[in-house]
Amino acid sequence: MFSEQTVLTWATFVPVAGSALIAVLMIARAFGALEKRAVDEASRAIALVASGLSLVAAIAAWRMYDPHAPGLVVAGKATGVQLVHHFVWIRQFNVDYFVGADGLSISLVLLSGLISFVATIASMPWWTSDKAKHLAGMEDDGHEDPHHPKHFSVRMVPGYMALLLLLQTGMMGTFVALDMFLFYCFWEVMLLPMYFLIGIWGGPRKEYAAIKFFLYTLAGSVLMLLAIIALYYQSHAAPLGDGSMSNLHTFNLLELAAQGQAGVFQAAAPILGFGFTKIVFVALFIGFAIKIPMFPFHTWLPDAHVEAPTPISVILAGVLLKMGIYGILRFNFGLLPDATRWAANAMAVFGTINIVYAAFVCLAQKDLKKLIAYSSVSHMGFSLLGMASLTPAGISGAVMNLFTHGIISPMLFLIVGVIYDRAHHREIERFGGLAQALPEYTAIMGLAFFASLGLPGLCGFVSEFMVFSGAFPVFMTYTIISATSVILTAAYYLWAIHRMFLGKLNEAYRGFPDLAWRERMSLYPLGVIAIVLGFYPQAVLGVINGTLHSLAASIRL
Amino acid sequence: MEHATRELAPILVHQVSYLWLIPAFPLLGSVINALFGWQFERAGKKKLVHVVAIGAMVCALAVAVRAFLQMYGMDAEHRFLQDTLWNLLTAGRLTVDLAFALDPLSMMMVLIITFIGTLIHVFSVGYMWDDVEAYWRFFTWLNLFVFSMLLLVMGDNFAVMFFGWEGVGLCSYGLISYYYKDKEKAVAGMKAFIANRFGDFGFIVGMLLLFWGLGGGWGAMLGARGAAYEPTGSMNTVASASTASESKALAPQVEVGEGKVVKIGPTLNFRELRDQVVIEKTGVMEHLKEQKLWGIGLLALIGVFLFVGAMGKSAQIPLYVWLPDAMAGPTPVSALIHAATMVTAGVYMVARLNFLFALAPSAMGWVALIGAVTAIFAASIGFFQYDIKKVLAYSTVSQLGFMFIGVGVGAYWAGTYHLLTHAFFKATLFLGSGSVILGCHHEQDMRKMGGLSKYMPVTRWTYLIACWAIAGFPWASGFYSKDEILWKAYTARHLELFGVATPWLGPVIYLVGIIAATGTAFYMFRSYYMTFSGTYRGGAGHHDEHDEDPHAALAAPHHATSAHPRDGAMHAIAKAQEEAAHVAHGHDAHGHAAHDDHAGHGHHGGTPHESPLSITFVLTVLAAGAVLVSLLGIPTAWTHAAPILEHWLEPVLVAEVPFAEKPQWMEFLFQAIGVGAGVVGWAAARALYKDDAQHEALEAFKQRFFAAWTVVYNKYYVDEAYQKVVLAPALAFARLMSWIDSNVIDWLVNAAGAVTRLVANFDGLIDKYLVDGAVTAVANLTLESGRGLRRFQTGRVQTYLYGIMAGALVLVLFNFVIR
Repeated sequence: MFSEQTVLTWATFVPVAGSALIAVLMIARAFGALEKRAVDEASRAIALVASGLSLVAAIAAWRMYDPHAPGLVVAGKATGVQLVHHFVWIRQFNVDYFVGADGLSISLVLLSGLISFVATIASMPWWTSDKAKHLAGMEDDGHEDPHHPKHFSVRMVPGYMALLLLLQTGMMGTFVALDMFLFYCFWEVMLLPMYFLIGIWGGPRKEYAAIKFFLYTLAGSVLMLLAIIALYYQSHAAPLGDGSMSNLHTFNLLELAAQGQAGVFQAAAPILGFGFTKIVFVALFIGFAIKIPMFPFHTWLPDAHVEAPTPISVILAGVLLKMGIYGILRFNFGLLPDATRWAANAMAVFGTINIVYAAFVCLAQKDLKKLIAYSSVSHMGFSLLGMASLTPAGISGAVMNLFTHGIISPMLFLIVGVIYDRAHHREIERFGGLAQALPEYTAIMGLAFFASLGLPGLCGFVSEFMVFSGAFPVFMTYTIISATSVILTAAYYLWAIHRMFLGKLNEAYRGFPDLAWRERMSLYPLGVIAIVLGFYPQAVLGVINGTLHSLAASIRL
Repeated sequence: MEHATRELAPILVHQVSYLWLIPAFPLLGSVINALFGWQFERAGKKKLVHVVAIGAMVCALAVAVRAFLQMYGMDAEHRFLQDTLWNLLTAGRLTVDLAFALDPLSMMMVLIITFIGTLIHVFSVGYMWDDVEAYWRFFTWLNLFVFSMLLLVMGDNFAVMFFGWEGVGLCSYGLISYYYKDKEKAVAGMKAFIANRFGDFGFIVGMLLLFWGLGGGWGAMLGARGAAYEPTGSMNTVASASTASESKALAPQVEVGEGKVVKIGPTLNFRELRDQVVIEKTGVMEHLKEQKLWGIGLLALIGVFLFVGAMGKSAQIPLYVWLPDAMAGPTPVSALIHAATMVTAGVYMVARLNFLFALAPSAMGWVALIGAVTAIFAASIGFFQYDIKKVLAYSTVSQLGFMFIGVGVGAYWAGTYHLLTHAFFKATLFLGSGSVILGCHHEQDMRKMGGLSKYMPVTRWTYLIACWAIAGFPWASGFYSKDEILWKAYTARHLELFGVATPWLGPVIYLVGIIAATGTAFYMFRSYYMTFSGTYRGGAGHHDEHDEDPHAALAAPHHATSAHPRDGAMHAIAKAQEEAAHVAHGHDAHGHAAHDDHAGHGHHGGTPHESPLSITFVLTVLAAGAVLVSLLGIPTAWTHAAPILEHWLEPVLVAEVPFAEKPQWMEFLFQAIGVGAGVVGWAAARALYKDDAQHEALEAFKQRFFAAWTVVYNKYYVDEAYQKVVLAPALAFARLMSWIDSNVIDWLVNAAGAVTRLVANFDGLIDKYLVDGAVTAVANLTLESGRGLRRFQTGRVQTYLYGIMAGALVLVLFNFVIR
């Protein structure tokens, strides 16, 4: 159905095509040609189809990818990059349209397609009983009461769906772009829809959260852009998409990596007395660290999560946080091996702080969504610690952690959404005994919580275990400190379960409807994946191992 | 430590393809009940739930027996069945298969789990049938527990074992919190899981240390840590491998004679670990012994960290606190999980890794010491408990201590044997207590029992037999295992603490052990006499009396001595009693509803009654087992042949631990002392508690040592100490971190935003008055000049013509001048 050359392009641009279609409908509505209800329903259907097609393309790409193939050969070395689509975009500036995937990209492409689709399902008011609709404020009766705002899924639907699709294109593109300029474009494209999605469809403090998210990430982007420009002007010429040589410099990430590993950037003149690679490394790293988010740049995350509507939290936790680690691996690790060795210890320290500090903060949270947001901060620390070790198990564990956290944390946010839609608050203490009213919900919650606290047999354990065993030989003390998180994580999750679900039922919540099909359709697939990956993680590891191990080997002396 | 080593060969693996069925059946049963159990119940086919669950257990037992028969037919050194399913994960030298293995040790465990597990499933039918909670949920968890436990013992490597290790923790959580509507019970489940996680932390670190120790050379990069270990010169531990076969091909091999080779290097596989450590020719043992970390021998560290894991699961000091609380779960759960199987996992792990622990006398010393202290500590708490299940819980903690004495001093088979005998007699005791609780209408307070031998003969006799077994009377199983453990402890001379040789430790442990054994007999027979002898003290089964009763029971003697000067303390103890009663009251909360639902049921009357056949049958089988397993451990001193079980376990327990040679009469003497200890404990209990005895002496003793008695009665206030020393500070720290997060770090972010805004405002002022002012000034100038120049604009053509001519003239002149 898809050719090897264009499959990634399809996966990336189908959503934005859906956006354009919705925009046409909106214009038609503005001219009075269409009913509001018809436009709403049509844009929902378009969003579902477009992100579904994008997922299909992502799965097709995953299946086409051969982890054992040598892939694109750059500077005499096999890179393993496949499914390449490459042509000249702006010749004057040496910019190519260059997408392709290695083991690292392809796993995140699949994750991104999957989570986007799940988030789109979670944005629908469909497949819900009347009672649940009434509780959630999803009835589309045309009235707007400022004191009782409607559910986000029935407010300004076409705009929401168009932005959601645009966001999906940005995410997918970031993971497949192999041209620095193209990468930066996608990176920024992703930012803007997110701002509006939080700022318009979010909770009470949405403006504050949206601005904070936007400016914080933009500040990081500026540093990143400077670093990209600096790298560009140090690079040597390389072939463009049509085979002709570029003019003096290159944006081609694979060529840049080959040059970086050959020591081109190491030879560059120092900036302000600091080594060129170190300065560039730090600039890039801060840009990406904000996205991870790494302590102390993490405080935008709880605010953004708490205010964002459920599907946006799902995307934020499931995909956007992964871009930080992805960027570090692609840029810092790929282009600046010497600076990576120099910074490894610091990365491990920050990883350890993330893990333990955020776990303690979780323990003190009163808002369930905030608790889960901080648990994301804690879990992303594992990736930092693992990749800093540069061992095969450590770096594979770090990326495995992206994947498993990308499955588990969307589940967690969906679970928060379920109860928020019914009770309109998230204060842990105000619940109690929910297991009696919502047994099915309790079961799926238990699955997600235990997956997140690293129970063997569920996918969260795999990455934790690999990171520990990979990091231990290199950072023994940090790993032992990090391992205390197995206690803290269990404590904050079980305590939350205890306060919310066990004990006497709070009578206010008797008669709450259990999971609707809308919620089942988003939660169950993720739950199944969490179990399957718990018992067969090699399904992902087999794909990512090759790329990551050669990356780690290129950095180790 | 020099010891005569026998020549050890690599394990010969016998591949089979059916081992996975043993855990698969309980898993299947659990999944069926999880998905459809509630539908069965709703459709009025409640029976289907336990048919599925018990059917799964019987199938698992059948496959286990088949495996046993196959293994029994093989030569001793070939007894290693393996079944590999698939590769779980691979990254470099870290490769983990989902694989099962059965050797004589895990075979024994599998038989215990499936056999006793099946019986307890049958028991549960009678016990849980009237329960108002979801029947299917109980059996779902119970089957899932058996699955996890089988994974734990059958795992071919640390990772699969850890799957089971955590899985049983999860199921234990689910089953302790089974009556989750009661906050108290839900807390007990949470406590169990979190306390176990402390142990898991130790387990993980121990495992990582071992993996690291075997690999050595990892630290070559990033500022070399750890010496490179390359006995064959080809070991590249950071070599990249993305598939299992690649990874396995990376492992260097050592030829160990007769054409056999052994893989060396980092591994999580028990067999590969054992082969490279026990076969001296590989040099791995020497390498491990030499390595030091933080100034401590690596092997001792590994042993101690792994033992921390065992402490959690097997409820040793200081992590035992969860086990007594775990009695909040239904009684069959206490019997299966908190007596027969899960809590022995730590003992099993130490026995499985006997060859590692034997290399670290310091670790062995710790294991034995902690075991001994736990044995006597828990026994002493058991003396004064009134809740029959609490007595048994502390007894379990104490008996686990005995097992750790065994595996700690190096008597691995004896520790394992005690695990086996304990599984039988403690399961009998717990199920017997369950039968009593059921017969007394969900009463757990022994002060309200009494005289039950008349009403419940089968329960009484089986309970008595199990008491004999645990107290260590000859021909009942506990005698053989406990005696062997204590004898080996006495003769142990190789133990160390902190690397210092402590030959006195063995005899000291023996002394502690024999005192604990006396205590065991005392508290067990105390529970027996309080429950079964004398007259029935229970009411008509009205639970509302509970709140008053304990006051009366304890307050009466106090009132008699109301002039006592220590009224304040009295008040405190009365309060403690009240709390105890409250907990007891909570325990049978489900009983209320069950009885309400079955108001017409025969057993709602005031008198106790014998339990149904499904319960008495199970009790009889287990009690018979408690006697019969003694056949497996008839001491060498009696028959001049190794006990059957020791012989059976020989291929696994390869560690050679030296014991002092002692004359045979001494062994007989020690056996007599052991029996004597049991008799003393029994006699004391009989004198004090038989036939509702209210002894002045006992009261006098209480009065005299009131402070000490209060401390023991309140379990040495360990829970309170944990609350103050661990929990409260951790929560306070968490709150502090959270405060810092929002008031320091986020404040900085917002401050940066505010400063930017301030600068922007300042910038705005500059813009408005300076920059824009200049622009305005220019504009004004233009306007003004325009106003002035307007006068020239007259509208008369002649004037313009003059102007043009003047301009042209100027240009001509200008041109002329420039030239």
